[in-house]
Amino acid sequence: MSDHDDDHPHDHDHTHPPSEMELKVKALESLLVEKGLVTTAALDALIDTYEHEIGPRNGARVVAKAWSDAGFKQWLLSDATAAIASLGFTGRQGEHMKVVENTTEVHNLVVCTLCSCYPWPVLGLPPVWYKSAPYRARAVSDPRGVLAEFGTALDKDVEIQVWDSTAEMRYLVLPLRPPGTESWSEDELAELVTRNSMIGVETVAVPGGEDIA
Amino acid sequence: MRAAHDLGGLQGLGPIAPEPEKSEPVFHAEWEKRMFALTLACGFLGQWNLDESRHARERQRSEDYLKNSYYENWWVGLRRLLIEKGLVSERELNHARPEAHAEPSALSPLVAERVAAILAKGGPVTMPVDRLPGFAVGDRVRVKSDAPAGHTRIPGYIRGRIGKVVEHHGSHVFPDTSAKGQRTGEHLFSVAFSSEAVWGGSASGGHFVLRLDMWEPYLDRVL
Repeated sequence: MSDHDDDHPHDHDHTHPPSEMELKVKALESLLVEKGLVTTAALDALIDTYEHEIGPRNGARVVAKAWSDAGFKQWLLSDATAAIASLGFTGRQGEHMKVVENTTEVHNLVVCTLCSCYPWPVLGLPPVWYKSAPYRARAVSDPRGVLAEFGTALDKDVEIQVWDSTAEMRYLVLPLRPPGTESWSEDELAELVTRNSMIGVETVAVPGGEDIA
Repeated sequence: MRAAHDLGGLQGLGPIAPEPEKSEPVFHAEWEKRMFALTLACGFLGQWNLDESRHARERQRSEDYLKNSYYENWWVGLRRLLIEKGLVSERELNHARPEAHAEPSALSPLVAERVAAILAKGGPVTMPVDRLPGFAVGDRVRVKSDAPAGHTRIPGYIRGRIGKVVEHHGSHVFPDTSAKGQRTGEHLFSVAFSSEAVWGGSASGGHFVLRLDMWEPYLDRVL
């Protein structure tokens, strides 16, 4: 039996933690503020940055530009950190970037089995599922089964390459550009690119268009 | 160490059950936001590094690590670091207020005005070493079978497996010693493993390739 045949729900609900945590974290924050180790305004600014400024729209811009500009794509694949920095996306958890390109022969999938390494400047903070035990466990042992859970079915001849982020290298998938988008502008293309396609659990499709997977 | 955080290949964890991308919020509760920001802000005090931070979360009973939600593990890790580095006492944490006689901290807390700059700067981990890389692209290598007691970035599932060096990333800070507060550089390689070399014939869904970043001390050459 493969371990995703059983359909019992998580016995621990990640989305509704006990209100006890609310109290515990409040207590910790007030202690650290009082001790002069943190400032409330800096905490607010950190939260605001990752809630509203740094997110997968950045990565979508990178992908759309690579799809539209062959020179940029070449730069991106040979020196991702510099190419991404040229668009203004730099810093924490993106210091050492590598972009891996999906082709009709190879499909890339990114995971961090040991913790939750993820390219923050281009994708923001990781979704709950990326940090979850089932994804971290199974992406490296049953990637096709994982893709199926996201509704992604690849041709059987496509080789899957799974990137386990064990060091400080951070991986961004360059998805295949869907057919029928040849005349699309960079802005229109960026709208099409999903976060999940840049992690590699999905492919990019034109709404109502032909699925290229 | 091989503990619950080292999840690669573990079975019996149930479905992934992803939330739809379009409707998933960045944080799922107010306390998660605060916990995230507290961890970063305290990290910027410069009293510990990322490897020590990871190790602090890993050093829990395995059943607790798995039972806790993600940011609950951050709460556990941050409290441990604050105590171990002497920034707060256990008593202060338990009472949620400073000791009456506590001296004000000599450390400068992160201020809002510096947040954008400090995030944009990041913390590159490249570190020169005065040795040439021990492996070349194309070399066959076997991951060491050691299971060191402290922090390591060798996932359990890859120990003893044979792969091929595909890329040399230069030299990066070595996490195993970095987690003990010693910054030394080691050459870092991207190594490719076939699913057959890792899982035998048991991997479902057929052949695939695994790529892992491995520091030189993790590897032996296979002749």
